[in-house]
Amino acid sequence: MQVMFLLMTMFPEWILSHGAASLVVIPLILAVLTALNPNAKLAWATVLGVTVLCVFTSLGLLLQITAHGPIHYNMGGWKPPLGIGYYVDGLNAPILLLISLVAFLCTIYALPSVAAEVEPKKKGPFYAAFLISFAGLLGMVVTADAFNVFVFLEVSSISTYVLVGMGASRDRRALTSSFNYLIMGSIGATFFVIGIGFLYMQTGTLNMMDIARVLQDIGSQDRVVRLAFAFIVIGLGLKLAMFPLHMWLPGAYAYAPSFFTTFLAATATKAALYLLLRFTFTVFDPSWDFVATAIMILLAGLGILGMLAASLQAIFQNDLRRVLAYSSVAQVGYMLLGIGMATTLGLTAGYLHMLNHAIMKGALFIAAGAFWYRFGITQVTDMRGLGKTMPWTMAGFTVAGISLIGVPGTAGFVSKLTLVRAAAENGWWWAIGVIVVTSILAIIYIGRIIEQAYFQPVPELKGKPVARNEAPYTMLIPLWILALSTLVFGVNAEWTTSLAQSAAHVLDAGPNTNIPGAHEVMPVVTGGH
Amino acid sequence: MNGLLEHFNYAVVIFLMMLGLYVVFASNNMIKKLVGLSVFQTSVFLLYISLGKVTGGQPPIIAEEDLHAATDGGHDVVAEGAHQAADIIYSNPLPHVLILTAIVVGVATLAIGLALVVRIREVYGTIEEDEIDALDYERNLEGAAK
Amino acid sequence: MSPHVILRVVSKLLIPLIALFALYVQFHGDFGPGGGFQAGVIFASAIILYALIFGLDEAKRAIPPSWVRIGMSTGVIIYGGTGVATWLLGGEFLNYTFFAPDSTHAAGQHWGIFAVELGVLCTVASAMVAIFYAFGSRTTELTDEDW
Repeated sequence: MQVMFLLMTMFPEWILSHGAASLVVIPLILAVLTALNPNAKLAWATVLGVTVLCVFTSLGLLLQITAHGPIHYNMGGWKPPLGIGYYVDGLNAPILLLISLVAFLCTIYALPSVAAEVEPKKKGPFYAAFLISFAGLLGMVVTADAFNVFVFLEVSSISTYVLVGMGASRDRRALTSSFNYLIMGSIGATFFVIGIGFLYMQTGTLNMMDIARVLQDIGSQDRVVRLAFAFIVIGLGLKLAMFPLHMWLPGAYAYAPSFFTTFLAATATKAALYLLLRFTFTVFDPSWDFVATAIMILLAGLGILGMLAASLQAIFQNDLRRVLAYSSVAQVGYMLLGIGMATTLGLTAGYLHMLNHAIMKGALFIAAGAFWYRFGITQVTDMRGLGKTMPWTMAGFTVAGISLIGVPGTAGFVSKLTLVRAAAENGWWWAIGVIVVTSILAIIYIGRIIEQAYFQPVPELKGKPVARNEAPYTMLIPLWILALSTLVFGVNAEWTTSLAQSAAHVLDAGPNTNIPGAHEVMPVVTGGH
Repeated sequence: MNGLLEHFNYAVVIFLMMLGLYVVFASNNMIKKLVGLSVFQTSVFLLYISLGKVTGGQPPIIAEEDLHAATDGGHDVVAEGAHQAADIIYSNPLPHVLILTAIVVGVATLAIGLALVVRIREVYGTIEEDEIDALDYERNLEGAAK
Repeated sequence: MSPHVILRVVSKLLIPLIALFALYVQFHGDFGPGGGFQAGVIFASAIILYALIFGLDEAKRAIPPSWVRIGMSTGVIIYGGTGVATWLLGGEFLNYTFFAPDSTHAAGQHWGIFAVELGVLCTVASAMVAIFYAFGSRTTELTDEDW
């Protein structure tokens, strides 16, 4: 605790009081400046600066909420429920930090990767679209206004469609993948907004805490409320790639520019999963029968199905990034299983796996991008001898890979162990069986890659083995930061576990109806928009 | 029957919603898919707009005299003016503002979608999904495990 | 003399009026229905009408694409800048009251909304024209005669 207070004194007062808004505002404003900037290096430097700033701000917010409790920020000085409120608590502060950190590491990696994949004159707009996507994700997580969530969801999604489509210079299938994602993503967002409409119909408010307060009076028997819940869960399910709704994900991950795939894989589904948690546990009441049934049957059930089906599909892919994409769908299944238990330990496990998975998938996709950058490798069968030609990159990939399998001493093991403990506590022995089976499937699909890289001879070029050609430092450094953190959080999981526990406590507390300073008289101001 | 007439707006919304979703799923042509998506989104706009209707409600603009009374004083008087104005029934302006935002989002989505279709047409020479799948068949085979 | 004389003469008369109407909607937004979104679209429609009647090249000579790009960004910067200004004045983001904290008739709110709506006008008009330019300037595979 003392370390935390010491750290907090490092942050200027301003960041602590306006941090929630600046997380969204600063990337958005600098995005438009980046769009006009013809100098690619300068554009990159801007992105780097913005992400560093966001890392500091979100770290400051995290320290502040652990010391002083949740932060409310009133946009424009209008108090909720009339105004748009931003809200940071133990549930979303770690995700803000995660998104900012991954964005920062990805930006370092972007320097060589984007240079190789994006035409020079498109780099400014490319980085601008990335910043908008980044701001959208942060906005989704930080806002406490249900309609505002929709707006930020679409802000991040629309820029994501553009960025996925930018992969067309490498593989034309990026275009069709982006189109499919656009159709599915828009349907998902529209379902979500229909759900918000129904909630507004019944409660007359859009502030999440105020909705929760009014819903407590309405009770669980109202049909419109049930309908709203169904629409919101399906809409968010599409966004977070819940098992049968995941069809957009493999294409989008496999053909987007490798820099953006890394960012997308590590953050986008997490932000949507956070929203699912926020809505099911703190807006609706998890003790209501239909919510409890949906959590237990839908989330846990689909989670289990996703773990099995997607892990099997991952085995039969030959495109490296598709293997990792299907594995992502399976990992979302783990998180949903943890959440589906709806116990403190289960929620902790789900949340912890969300943090850990972002770290290891980030490392895996960075390495996958590096293989393409040096040798143009996208297929698993082409990865022969990479352990000798790119030893450091491959070692980083392996570390993250064994963490994905869940070998003891890695972060993946810690979260899977927590999940198993939660299942045992609940008496869900079959769930433990499924976890073991999918871990074996993970050994197969990761093992296949490692076997190719280490136990196959180095391919020959003009009669000589291909020379060693390590990835540039700008790729190796972010890769190894992530790979080492999976090891660190595997050995000493105290910090990540405490973050997950505080998030689980927020969820355990049930509907959050606490709006400070609500229901005061506002000045009337006329004006259009 | 009476119930249907009372909830006429919902009938229209549901009809458009189903129509839009059906077009998205059933058509093979990418432009038609986008048209379906737009119809689907428009049905949601209608749903919200019909929420804002209050029976007997006026356009939500505070009458001139109330406004003057309100702006003569400070914030307290403004609030008081608002209370006086509360005697008149206004329709709810908030759904309109929300939908203005959603329309902008819809326009942006449509623009991106159409831009992608233009690029797809330039690269593949077709915008029929089955033909594109056939064209990518060879490439997809490379991706399958050997 | 090219065809469409009537169209040309009528649109020449209409385009300034449309632009003027856009400004009316913009500035009336403070007191009644209207505002930056609507005004921006109306303003863009004036430019798009010009492009439809006189051709895209003429329109691009009048409003170059680079202006459109700058316009899109400028609007966002005006909007965001207003918010940053309120930060600098010590308020929350976009808390317009801080522009004129002592005002008895919420003058700060009026100033703030005025600035923000100007940004919205700028971005919406430019974005609409940009979308039109982007699609209009793709070379067609069918020539006009083929129709």
